[in-house]
Amino acid sequence: MQGTASHARYAAAEALLSRKRLMAFLVPGVVLAYLVYIFFAFDIPGLAQRADLENGRTLIRDAYSYKTHVTRDNRSGDVSVSIEGERKGDYPEGTAPEWVALGEETVVTLPRGHEVRFLPGNALVYDFPEGDPRADIEARIEDREVVTDIGEALPDHVSLSSSRLNITTEAGRVSLTNNRTEVFRYFTGWELFFFTLDSPYHGHSFWSIAFGERIDSERTNIAGAVSDFWNNAMWRHKDVAWAIFETILMAFLGTAGAALIALPLAFVAARNFSRLWAARFGVRRIFDFVRGVDGLIWTIVLSRAFGPGPLTGALAILLTDTGTFGKLFSETLENVDSKQIEGVQSTGAKKLQRYRFGVIPQVIPVFLSQALYMLESNTRSATIIGAITGGGIGLLLTQAIITQKDWEEVTYYIVLIILMVMFMDSASSWLRNKLIRGE
Amino acid sequence: MAYVDSDFRAHYFEMLRRKRLYSGIVLAIFVLLLASGFLLANDRNAGGFLQGMPQVLDFPADVVADAAPKVAELPAHLVTYFPALLETVNIAAVSTLAGGVLAIFVSLLSTRGLARFPRPIPVFRRFMDLCRAIPEIVIALILIFVLGGGPVPAMIAIAFHTIGALGKLFSEVNENADLKPVEGLSSVGASWMQRMWLGVVPQVAPNWLSYALLRFEINVRASAILGFVGAGGIGYELKNTMSWGQGKFDEAAAIFILLFLTIVVFDQLSSAVRNRLTHGRAVL
Repeated sequence: MQGTASHARYAAAEALLSRKRLMAFLVPGVVLAYLVYIFFAFDIPGLAQRADLENGRTLIRDAYSYKTHVTRDNRSGDVSVSIEGERKGDYPEGTAPEWVALGEETVVTLPRGHEVRFLPGNALVYDFPEGDPRADIEARIEDREVVTDIGEALPDHVSLSSSRLNITTEAGRVSLTNNRTEVFRYFTGWELFFFTLDSPYHGHSFWSIAFGERIDSERTNIAGAVSDFWNNAMWRHKDVAWAIFETILMAFLGTAGAALIALPLAFVAARNFSRLWAARFGVRRIFDFVRGVDGLIWTIVLSRAFGPGPLTGALAILLTDTGTFGKLFSETLENVDSKQIEGVQSTGAKKLQRYRFGVIPQVIPVFLSQALYMLESNTRSATIIGAITGGGIGLLLTQAIITQKDWEEVTYYIVLIILMVMFMDSASSWLRNKLIRGE
Repeated sequence: MAYVDSDFRAHYFEMLRRKRLYSGIVLAIFVLLLASGFLLANDRNAGGFLQGMPQVLDFPADVVADAAPKVAELPAHLVTYFPALLETVNIAAVSTLAGGVLAIFVSLLSTRGLARFPRPIPVFRRFMDLCRAIPEIVIALILIFVLGGGPVPAMIAIAFHTIGALGKLFSEVNENADLKPVEGLSSVGASWMQRMWLGVVPQVAPNWLSYALLRFEINVRASAILGFVGAGGIGYELKNTMSWGQGKFDEAAAIFILLFLTIVVFDQLSSAVRNRLTHGRAVL
């Protein structure tokens, strides 16, 4: 009798072991097969063709540096200097940074001893420093075509066709076409981050603005500098600050509103508080529905009615999270400790008092902590929803990415988004500690 | 004695009153913030709440009106867009898998007592914080610029975020793991990988799996959203069909149905499996 029992257990253990052994091979095998399928389904081999590494290089270079364009209009002969080639970064006419000497013959000094001269007659000379093995280059426009003194063999740093000459060296970039002669010089940093060129405070140090003589006779230095910084046309600090605020606002309104709506509904959906089966079932399906429709669809539907903006985003978060909170809250209510309620009841408390003193003190800390957890994740959702509907920092980010050239702004926004999310994360955990543990 | 008693009572009621006052003030500030926040959001929105409210159902009504006469074509549309749906789910699955595996390593390396190198624990923790703080859409949009559209940018973006989100949860689980098996293994000369694989993983795997399933469900939603900004899958198709405008929303209706069903199915599936994982009964 004992022998057969131990035999059966032995056999069961054997079966379990062999099943585990099988799983140990089966699970990695299935995962591997799936990854092979994905490798072809996502066309990973074709990725090399689709990827544009030049884009990647531009992106990385632009993120930490900017270029100043020195441009000659080959028809009128006018030379202008502008940062990133944008109107907002134009130097006033007739002025130039100290490395550009305007005149009959404009001389652009590049780093490491390189120099470019714009000669009359739509010609240019690229002078390499002494001791450089590369030969100086002369080029001009003749009969709408580029003529150079470069021989048949093109050096690596030159690309040439009849309509365009490009010289790219470690010191900068030069392009010559029928319409214009352009030199690009690269600088490290974010251009005009504090003041644009039209502000009188551009080029002054922090020290001289804060403690030096009055720069603009009409305003005090601090007030003028703050206002010029705040209204900087290139970086739009004011709009960015508003956008960050809008994003946080969306997250706050969505989370708080959803928690307030879900609170009473959760009581209806909780098995131990709601006797009516139909009401319970109905409310639960509503929770499932608003959660299942998902933020994306809610955003689309709501933005059709309310247009782009923070309200749309807040309502989309509110709707989705009502479902999430409803589910979480009602689960919390179902796990509520009945001893405390019975204790309150034993003192002769009425139904409402039982809720107030038996249930609420137990569940409110849990609800608060769940809501504060969601606040941080909703800050990220608000960024994403803003990118879809148009509102907040998400909108600024997508706009900057679409232009495909303002990567320094994209970098700036990304840094701000990360700081914003981290701030909300620590703010919510600070509040959690403060409110729940009473520290 | 009676004097002390009444003193206590007075003191108690004084404290109670003050506590109620503070709670009242906090509540009032909260309500004020909420109300003024909604008013401000309303002001900064393109359309106001009151004007927009009657139109909320217009778009769903349009979609239903477009889809209802062509209800016979609906199954065909569902079949047409099924591959796109599959791509969305695949993006979520691969990124959960890849992000989850990396999160296991990062979480083990950032748990005190388990880390291979104790010194860089804060480095790994900050790395997880960073992964968590960056919204998927940021990485996806930049990678779309470099790698071109398609599922790969979305996959990388979601996986990156998953490392941070799961890494944090995993390392909380790891902290509760019993260290005795690990010590036993190290006493017989096991390497770090062997100590983790044989000493820690069997203890924590069910919890890891449960969190990973929850993340998978979240990632399905994220991958649909990323499609909407150009990363392929059902979101991309949705954006296309939406742009055809009124009168042609029948295909958008099919996509709405597919998306809704997918999210509900994975939601129910993952919560069912998670329930079995946490409340006994082995799944395998």
